[in-house]
Amino acid sequence: MAEGRVVGIDLGTTNSLVAYMQGDAPVVIPGVDGSNLVPSVVALDPIPAGGGRPTVTVGNSARKALIETPERVIYSVKRLMGRGLEEVQKELKLFPFHLAGDVEAGEVPRIQLGELRFTPPEISAYVLRQLKRNAERFFGAPVTQAVITVPAYFNDAQRQATKDAGRMAGLEVLRLVNEPTAAALAYGLDRANVGTIAVFDLGGGTFDISILKLRDGIFEVQSTNGDTHLGGDDIDNLLLAIALDEIHAEHGVDLRKHPGAVQAVRKAAIDAKIKLSAERIAHFDIELPNGDRYQREIPREVFEQLIEPVLERTAGPCKQALADAGLTPEQIDEVVLVGGSTRIPAVRQLVDDLFHLAARGKRPRIELNPDEVVALGAAVQADILAGASKTTEEMLLLDVTPLSLGIEALGGTVARIIQRNSTIPASATEHFTTGVDGQTNVAIHVVQGERELASDCRSLARFDLKGIPPMSAGLPRIEVKFLIDADGILKVSAREQRSGQAAKIEVKPTYGLTDEQVESMILESFDHAEEDFAKRLLIEARTEAETILAAVERAPASPAWKQLTGEERATIAAARDRLSAVKLGEDLAAIRNATLALDQATRRFAELMMEAAVSTALRGKTMNTAGEDLGEEVTAPHPMAAAEFK
Amino acid sequence: MFKVIDSAVPIACWACSVGHNDSTLFCPHCSKIQPPPGGDYFSVFGLEPKLELDLPALEREFHRLSRKLHPDRFARALENEKQWSLADTALLNDAYRTLKNPLSRTEYLLKLVGVEIGEEHAGKNRANNGKDPSRVPADLLEEVFELNMQLEEMRMARKMGEEDPALEESLTEAKRKFDGLLEAVDENLRAEWKTWDQGSEAVRQAAQKKMAALLDRRRYLSNLVRDVTEALGA
Repeated sequence: MAEGRVVGIDLGTTNSLVAYMQGDAPVVIPGVDGSNLVPSVVALDPIPAGGGRPTVTVGNSARKALIETPERVIYSVKRLMGRGLEEVQKELKLFPFHLAGDVEAGEVPRIQLGELRFTPPEISAYVLRQLKRNAERFFGAPVTQAVITVPAYFNDAQRQATKDAGRMAGLEVLRLVNEPTAAALAYGLDRANVGTIAVFDLGGGTFDISILKLRDGIFEVQSTNGDTHLGGDDIDNLLLAIALDEIHAEHGVDLRKHPGAVQAVRKAAIDAKIKLSAERIAHFDIELPNGDRYQREIPREVFEQLIEPVLERTAGPCKQALADAGLTPEQIDEVVLVGGSTRIPAVRQLVDDLFHLAARGKRPRIELNPDEVVALGAAVQADILAGASKTTEEMLLLDVTPLSLGIEALGGTVARIIQRNSTIPASATEHFTTGVDGQTNVAIHVVQGERELASDCRSLARFDLKGIPPMSAGLPRIEVKFLIDADGILKVSAREQRSGQAAKIEVKPTYGLTDEQVESMILESFDHAEEDFAKRLLIEARTEAETILAAVERAPASPAWKQLTGEERATIAAARDRLSAVKLGEDLAAIRNATLALDQATRRFAELMMEAAVSTALRGKTMNTAGEDLGEEVTAPHPMAAAEFK
Repeated sequence: MFKVIDSAVPIACWACSVGHNDSTLFCPHCSKIQPPPGGDYFSVFGLEPKLELDLPALEREFHRLSRKLHPDRFARALENEKQWSLADTALLNDAYRTLKNPLSRTEYLLKLVGVEIGEEHAGKNRANNGKDPSRVPADLLEEVFELNMQLEEMRMARKMGEEDPALEESLTEAKRKFDGLLEAVDENLRAEWKTWDQGSEAVRQAAQKKMAALLDRRRYLSNLVRDVTEALGA
């Protein structure tokens, strides 16, 4: 088989995208619904009547299921990637989904979804598979190789988990690229490539700052810093907390006990936040279960005061990145803004202050859509790796490792062996010996981070060097080579130098799946890769058609149906009949077009249904709907964020 | 230690079987990538061990080699070429990182010629740095003693949330002084580079000794400056 295209994928907390290089410009590949963004939401359909494994849906359709069957939907799984049990437990307090009951310490945590359990990489694999299918549908040919982006500040375990997810989805991950670096590639394509740029990337859940030097097509990262828990979610949480407190104080209604209602208020908070980027004032107007209305004005000044402490948290990483690069703000020629949260005027002001832009007659770069720029850059990197294009043949990305690598020394201190901001691939060689006569094992604990004590750093793995020939204490000389590859992932090899034999290494990753586990989790779709491709596309198109037809079948039972005009209902009926007529035919394009037409005809209905679901959730208290207490700390990200806004 | 890469040295190109010497990254005959060569960091750039380096030229060579060696250029190559690209690029990056910084370059060269210096890694065992009285440069003994007392006082004051402008003033003055001493050390080091680069074997031996002592002193001073900066809470 000739080598196919390499696609670029932005696997985001809230939304994911797939892009490719069309001639000499990167473009995003839309999904079957015409949208460029695929919400990173995965839902488990109800078990089919005849039994068997339920099917999994991804994206907008999964998001709809959130209203009807929230216990079968999972979102924001990126926050759980590569994390240990304790961290996941802490994080899950903020989500409406739960850990599986039988998870043991030391295992990769699994999430209960309906009657099944999934690890975070498996959930991400479903999102990736959807993107892969979107690309295959677009090209009419299989796609097996991809570049996937990760936050620059992702650690080793998070990177490995992302790579595992790719493999499970049937994708060979040719490279993991840091998100801010990818953005720089997208911006660097059409310009004279000289200068020093900073990429300020504030997304839904993570913040990255990277400083790069561009020269003759070489993008050399000088330093990177960030915070993997800082983003638009934090701003939503602030607004949400205020609204919930005020509702409680003024109307005597404690919505915190009702996750559905909290999600609805959160949606209002997000809408207000988005509105305040363009306007001076936004309003809350929410109907409460007791019939009261919670109404409040939020002037932009109040909003800006409120979020200042959140935004301030980006300053420290920026200053550290400048210091690590040995640069002053004046030496930064351009600042590129990435991530939806950089649409907030106060964020732009902060960037201006940090890098003294206005004073130098400069403005931040915002020409490319901040939601798409990372995927576009991933497509550029994919093109570089494919190695067959004139546009990118002179381009090369030299990235760095965001965190120092160290080994635990006596007394629990950290001996750093590779410093942060070292260009990758990077390596270090260390020597170890034994402390007891005849000792045949040496244990090594590898950590990542900048703190002095190993217990304050991130544990990466414990290595057991085995099969050391028995000798007097201190005599063996074991050379261990640590190598961080171009994906930012650690590889280790060892050799006993006196005997010349390779010491056997048993790597126990602190947070991660073994090779065998990953192998067993490869999505079944992979098995069908060799099957007739056209046939698969046809089957998929028919399944999609069936799904939407079934939804339309149920529609008249919904109260939202009555809100439609007679004309709208007639349009839906016509589109439904058209799809029913073509769905069993062999004409793939006809089925897809008819599906798309029906989807568009029902769009307003879907919106009405969402609204109805929101007010139902708000009435939840009086209806005494069973809901679980989210606890005081209500900071779960919301999956219903508007997918796209200008 | 400085045989950084442990793979066997081939005597013939794996691809075309034409023999080549072991310091080459690419086969001179068929241009295919080769396993990491066994030479030192200087030889990666085709340089003799020298302390005064033309940094812009070093960067140009780093970029030129990166373009040819980087794993991005081998994403769809044979498995062994991928492995060698990874190992060669790691070697190139390690070499560039070490040589572009004047201090790590000096430390590296000293180790290369077999001179023992204080510590294997900057930042390692930081807890002991500057605290080991046997390593205090003799001419600074008194001042360091005084400074450590003041640092302790300053930390206590900060802990209690108290301001002590006089102490702050005195520490700022000390920082200025030690910054000045650091600069002097750097100047001395640069002079020794020249001596070493141009000198005979005997001259080199003497320069090496001086440089090792200067590096020790420099490490000691920069730790002091760091501690003072931290205490002042800049």
